[in-house]
Amino acid sequence: MKVKLHGTRGAYPTSSKETRKLGGNTPCIEIIGENERLILDAGTGILNIAFDKYNNSDRIDILLTHLHMDHIQGLGFFKPLFDPNKEIHIWGPGGSSYTLKDRLNRFLSPPLFPVMLRDIPSKLIIHELPNKPFKLGKFLITSKFVCHPGPTVGYRIEVGSKSVTYIPDHEPILSNPHLFKEDNWISGFDLCNNTDLLVHDSQYSPEEYEDKVGWGHCSMEIAAELSARANAKRLVMFHHDPAQTDKDRSNIFKKFMSTHTYDFPIELAVQGHEIEV
Amino acid sequence: MSAHEIEIILSRQLADCLTVPVFIVDPEGTLIFYNEPAEKILGKRFQDTGEMRVGDWGNAFSAHDEKGNAIPAADLPLVQTINSHEPAHKTFWITNMEGKSFKISVTSIPIIGRSKEFSGALAIFWDNVSSYES
Repeated sequence: MKVKLHGTRGAYPTSSKETRKLGGNTPCIEIIGENERLILDAGTGILNIAFDKYNNSDRIDILLTHLHMDHIQGLGFFKPLFDPNKEIHIWGPGGSSYTLKDRLNRFLSPPLFPVMLRDIPSKLIIHELPNKPFKLGKFLITSKFVCHPGPTVGYRIEVGSKSVTYIPDHEPILSNPHLFKEDNWISGFDLCNNTDLLVHDSQYSPEEYEDKVGWGHCSMEIAAELSARANAKRLVMFHHDPAQTDKDRSNIFKKFMSTHTYDFPIELAVQGHEIEV
Repeated sequence: MSAHEIEIILSRQLADCLTVPVFIVDPEGTLIFYNEPAEKILGKRFQDTGEMRVGDWGNAFSAHDEKGNAIPAADLPLVQTINSHEPAHKTFWITNMEGKSFKISVTSIPIIGRSKEFSGALAIFWDNVSSYES
């Protein structure tokens, strides 16, 4: 499996040279298994995907973690959406009084968007996620609701014995410097358990988090603690604060790394990076 | 052991922040968490007992009416909610494991999350301090 990071920035896209290294696109990652692909989230990073590479299928599967704007704002602009030969399957969480289609329609319709969902040229199929694992091609997909405002899931994608876990927006514990000591009381634990690669929210420093309890994001410390508790093999810290420059993020990360020791690799997510799993 | 559903985990986080006793059970009625104020009612600490099966915690309360007649476990609000998946409320007396009696009001609610499946129940015990007996 190969994971490509197309968008790593949270909240809103940035384009300044001070944020160029980690990237300014909002969340989107691509998971490639031989000649098949999955796209996770549709932030502005989705606009960087080379849709004609890896496979020539007319079917595209996009798995959304939730419908906050930074995770869907590329959805209305990626080219296959306007190709009548393409069949686009969008998967996302149910659990609301409104269907997933109704909620997406609020964004993909005037006045926020010039084209009505029903007028989009491609064949668009919208699925609410099942409450159990399911397969798309060779990918086994497990989704679980996690702690973040509004219906939000994390994903675990498995191919054979390899797994990737993606939880870009997550506050595993509220207003507490550590997770509950029992594993079964940790949001997202099953998704992370023994995963080969964990791509996880780590937007804040502990000091920043103090003023943002309940906003749905976590510190680098909590992301690493979750990773260690779940025995994840590698952690990629994701969802960079757009108000922070690359230098800011690097300084926070260096401070974190100088005060913590873990026996697995930890790195900041970098837009454009490919990770082999 | 699988992790609890997110609505159960969040219920514990809420219970942790409250000063009223809160009990949380899973769909089978196993008491999976009670907060610090609830420890005084039960007479035991959660870190000492861990999870308790319904037969164990149901008897621990020694629920009774004002005349001292025992109230069967099936009539307790939390057990009713487990069975019916509906809210329940009752005022009654309990004698805890330390032999102390309290008049309490219990309100229990089903916990049904975004998956629309019943994932447990939460009960708040309102301890009527003025009727405390030792």
